[in-house]
Amino acid sequence: MPGSKCQCASQGELDPRWEQLEEILAAYKGDAGALIQVLHAAQDVFGYVSEEVQEKVAEALGVPISEVYGVATFYSLFSLKPRGQYKIGVCLGTACYVRGAAQVLAEIEKQLGVKVNDTTGDGKFTLEVTRCIGACGLAPVITINEDVYGRLQVDKVKEVLAKY
Amino acid sequence: MNFYRSHVLVCAGAGCVSSGCLNTMEALVDENAKLGLDREIKVIETGCIGTCDLGPVIVVYPEGVFYRNVTTDDAREIAREHLLKGRTIQRLLYRNPLTSQLVQTYGEMEFFNRQLRIALRNTGVINPEVIEEYIARDGYEALARVLTTMSPEEVVATVTASGLRGRGGAGFPTGKKWGFTFRAMSDQKYVVCNADEGDPGAFMDRSILEGDPHAIIEAMTIAGFAVGANQGYVYVRAEYPLAVKRLQLALDQARNYGFLGKNIFSTNFSFDILIRVGAGAFVCGEETALLASIEGKRGEPRPRPPYPAVKGLWGKPTLINNVETFANICPIILYGADWYGRIGTETSKGTKVFAVAGNINNTGLVEVPMGMTLRQVVYDVCGGIPNGKEFKAAQTGGPSGGCLTKAELDVAMDYETLIAAGSMMGSGGLIVMDEDACMVDMARFFLDFTQDESCGKCTPCRIGTKRMLEILDRMTKGEGREGDMEALYGLAENIRETSLCGLGQSAPNPVLSMIKHFRSEYEAHIREKRCPAGVCQALMSYNILANKCRGCGLCARVCPTAAIFGKPKEVYRIERKKCVKCNACLEKCPFGAVVRA
Repeated sequence: MPGSKCQCASQGELDPRWEQLEEILAAYKGDAGALIQVLHAAQDVFGYVSEEVQEKVAEALGVPISEVYGVATFYSLFSLKPRGQYKIGVCLGTACYVRGAAQVLAEIEKQLGVKVNDTTGDGKFTLEVTRCIGACGLAPVITINEDVYGRLQVDKVKEVLAKY
Repeated sequence: MNFYRSHVLVCAGAGCVSSGCLNTMEALVDENAKLGLDREIKVIETGCIGTCDLGPVIVVYPEGVFYRNVTTDDAREIAREHLLKGRTIQRLLYRNPLTSQLVQTYGEMEFFNRQLRIALRNTGVINPEVIEEYIARDGYEALARVLTTMSPEEVVATVTASGLRGRGGAGFPTGKKWGFTFRAMSDQKYVVCNADEGDPGAFMDRSILEGDPHAIIEAMTIAGFAVGANQGYVYVRAEYPLAVKRLQLALDQARNYGFLGKNIFSTNFSFDILIRVGAGAFVCGEETALLASIEGKRGEPRPRPPYPAVKGLWGKPTLINNVETFANICPIILYGADWYGRIGTETSKGTKVFAVAGNINNTGLVEVPMGMTLRQVVYDVCGGIPNGKEFKAAQTGGPSGGCLTKAELDVAMDYETLIAAGSMMGSGGLIVMDEDACMVDMARFFLDFTQDESCGKCTPCRIGTKRMLEILDRMTKGEGREGDMEALYGLAENIRETSLCGLGQSAPNPVLSMIKHFRSEYEAHIREKRCPAGVCQALMSYNILANKCRGCGLCARVCPTAAIFGKPKEVYRIERKKCVKCNACLEKCPFGAVVRA
């Protein structure tokens, strides 16, 4: 929102996102095995799963914080660090690999000046490698947030990134 | 009820959505409305038609004209020319890559008419978001028949007699699994659908869930009745958001119709299904890891026995089948075990869906009878290798499988024959590689995958795959040593014998299979520091051919490290030490004088 400066998690009480988390936790109350689904929902709200979020989830679901941390770190889709505004996922599934995804990845790294799992200095892009997204007919494929770019040639990378 | 003179199917599988089919459909609907055709022509959004590289795809019925790569402008033209005036637009037809002939209708495309669609019977045919369309295709009839006329024993016996085997990879007889779970004594049992389709290059489960979600709901409910469970779970990968959305919608519709929930079809049988979304862990495709993940825990496998049929979800007897397996259940109930048993081979009954991708003309999903040869699938159904290149190998079974070479093009694709040929069926991923693929690099790629996805619980898988990967990494960098292949063999055997679950036990397969078939490539990497396919960057060197170089100097200008020198109108040279192998000169040279070896 314009005008508000600090949105960091320690300012929890003022941030409306904590209310959203409360609602999520209430919805899953009593659901055995809800931890992964709750972490998904929490990550949708905050963009990542911070230590504070993990503490809150642990408390509400009645599981040890160590278990929450264990689950959050086991699954590759959960991030413990804030990520950029746009998450670039380069599919490195077999079909994409056979059709040159490694070169596309190298080109994106070159264009953005970051390595895999890093975020650009301006917080705009986070570069990640994804598992097969099942769009093998369009290989090589990258995703930027919800957008999918198929048959991406190395010389088109710059053009695609310029859209954001 | 409105009668339409023409139905237009627009494929809205994830591949076509990525190609922009939703805009295409919007343009078509809009143009139809402008032309006043909206009461005569019905536009239907379907699941995956299967020709993923041709998207967006449109099929116009009753003629069955198949249009490919349809842009929004093309869609408007289809409305004006085809739908209004009845003229087929030749420019948008599919061209057979082998004969260069234009194909006028869907039925004449070899890609479709060589297939036998049982599991995919409704995908690409019905709108997956409308339950009535599923019902119109005999949907929920099998469930009605089971609940009102059959006993659980009879259902188990029918599935057993059909010879159906698990389509997720292992090929375990489905009826046996149902029988074990049926006989397990407990107050509570579960049915789980494994939709954690992790093998890279396999996307049939995604397409079925997106294109025909009710088929899975109906089959799981039948399974629940057969084994005595009243709760089901579908465990879907988080990478498939569209599948989750359509499945959720289908569950709500089924509950509204009374096909799910309490007292289904007014019997005393009750059953319901919940969706669990994964979070990115390949190992969760392994059944015990999957169950742990449904329970909200780290997806780590545990030793078997006890098998899930005895002790599964929350310690209760649990039936786990894969999506494609479930997709075969309703036809087996409706048409009988004998009908199903006549399709396929002696030990591998029915059909198998293959996801064909890589260096192939028609990438996409094909469902063919078990026992069709690799050659028929690659050349007859999928149109062969593009750009006039040679077939080199096909990887089946993903990172747990092996490769088949030119010599094995005529092997039958069924469970036993593939294993005898040193590969496996797996979940049905079929990645085709042409002559430009390096088999050391591919082995490294698969091992990188399994090593990264190893959950870390058992040592042979966690550390063993890492050591294997290090060796392969070295080879691709030109640092291979004598004895490396023997070391790989030794590690492979240990990992296979001692790993806890299927992930580790099968992780060495691609490496072993590739060494077996392409030993000379491995030797070239180790002894000659050479990559015959020209893939491994570190092993390549660039040269300028004297007879082709015209001395234009373009190469020297694009070289980022000033490694190319020479005088205008004379032959330029590359200084090996400075060259960083960026490929810029090769791409730039207008005369093809720069070569890589």
